[in-house]
Amino acid sequence: MASLWEYANPVKFMKLSGWLLPLSAALAVLCIGAGLGMGFFFTDPDYRQGETIKIIFIHVPAALVAINAWAMMLIASLIWLVRRHHVSALVAKAGAPIGATMTLIGLITGAVWGQPMWGTWWAWDPRLTSFLILFLFYVGYIALWSAIDDADTAADLTSVLCIVGSVFAVLSRYAALFWNQGLHQGASLSVQAGTRVDWAYKGPLYLSMLGFTFLFLALVLAGTRTEIRARRVKALLLRERAAA
Amino acid sequence: MMPDLGNYATEILLAYGLSLGLLGALIAWLWARGRAVKRTLATLESRRSPDTHG
Amino acid sequence: MIALLVRDLKLAFRAGGGFGLGLGFFLILTVLVPLGVGPDASTLGLIAPGILWIGALLASLLSLDRLFALDFEDGSLDLLATSPIPLEAVVAIKALAHWLTTGVPLALAAPVLAILLNLPVAGYGMLVASLALGTPALSMIGAFGAALTVGLKRGGLLLSLLVLPLYVPTLVFGAQAVTRAAAGFDPVTPLLLMSGITAASVALLPFAAAFALRINLR
Repeated sequence: MASLWEYANPVKFMKLSGWLLPLSAALAVLCIGAGLGMGFFFTDPDYRQGETIKIIFIHVPAALVAINAWAMMLIASLIWLVRRHHVSALVAKAGAPIGATMTLIGLITGAVWGQPMWGTWWAWDPRLTSFLILFLFYVGYIALWSAIDDADTAADLTSVLCIVGSVFAVLSRYAALFWNQGLHQGASLSVQAGTRVDWAYKGPLYLSMLGFTFLFLALVLAGTRTEIRARRVKALLLRERAAA
Repeated sequence: MMPDLGNYATEILLAYGLSLGLLGALIAWLWARGRAVKRTLATLESRRSPDTHG
Repeated sequence: MIALLVRDLKLAFRAGGGFGLGLGFFLILTVLVPLGVGPDASTLGLIAPGILWIGALLASLLSLDRLFALDFEDGSLDLLATSPIPLEAVVAIKALAHWLTTGVPLALAAPVLAILLNLPVAGYGMLVASLALGTPALSMIGAFGAALTVGLKRGGLLLSLLVLPLYVPTLVFGAQAVTRAAAGFDPVTPLLLMSGITAASVALLPFAAAFALRINLR
């Protein structure tokens, strides 16, 4: 049985992703199409939230990927620091813009979903606030990668940032919860508080979540392949300059 | 075909529209960057060994 | 190690060393906020804990990019890295120097500025306590950020971008402690949580920062 570590080899990774990427993408299109399609066109309005419940089919999957992308970056960062597999560092790098976009989508859908309930286009609900902070972490991570020239130094420093950032992201989540109960116990309504998702919605929702996961996989594979090629471009340019 | 989205039609369409738009932008950016890097790599590799296929 | 501390303190107190800068900035912010928000005393009193804490955050940022940069540029950091003092201790000492020249003056000056912001009387004690216990975290987290960006030209802006999100838990719990005390509620929970974060940061971040410094010194 081939070990997962084989794919730390860039050549093997390219071969694997060569077929895994299109497969993932196809499954993503299928599941998201079915999930969102069913959800948008064929579900009845919620007795409390009306048609806005339809937003859940994008909001929850996006939020799910937003968190999991960071978790993946954390694991990839640890693998880089311990085992020095460049593919791992590049996987982390590739995951960031995707996670950031998903966080943004989660924020927008979350805010818009809350508008009918709260009457404003934004509310400092603990969950939304935590996602906003997570977005800042993503931006900082991406900025650090861009700021450093040497690839290995960048990989090392961003890995440390990811690890320390993860701890503080979790702390911030609890801080946001604490901050919003504050003196007004229970007055704020989390978007998902009290939303017991009826089984009728679960089908499209799970399908959509699955689809977004395939989409995430496809995009990370695509991004990593580009990063691997970009790394080779840099190496070749360096060699050309040295020869000149 | 379009279901009656009730009072909050704008909100729902806004949410879906912006989300799908952002996803589309992300995919487009990744794809464009991927193509550019692929092309640069092909150019460099053919320069290195013009007698072999890229 | 004491020698290192004394040296860094001396540097901070000397010309443009950042000592007065933090306090000056703190004062300016305290003047700007009412000008921006309006002079209504009750509004100011409500937001005073937050403003003062944010002031502490921003003032802390001011001298961070110089924490390691000067020594990095003239090679002293390389020497310190190879000296018998562990690099982790060097980081801790520099963070300590930063705290002594930024956090402590802020904590002491805060009550005076709180008067300008109409902080309710009940909040003053907790204001000083929370700042005194929370600013070490700001210095330590800041040192970590400085270690990450030490090799970069004009890394100051990136440093702020990286460090400010890390400040969020300390800010939230610290400001909440003051807000609660000012309103007559029990501030112990947020104070303890904030102190926990400080203790953990001071204990663990020197290792992360030293790690980053070694990478940048390669």
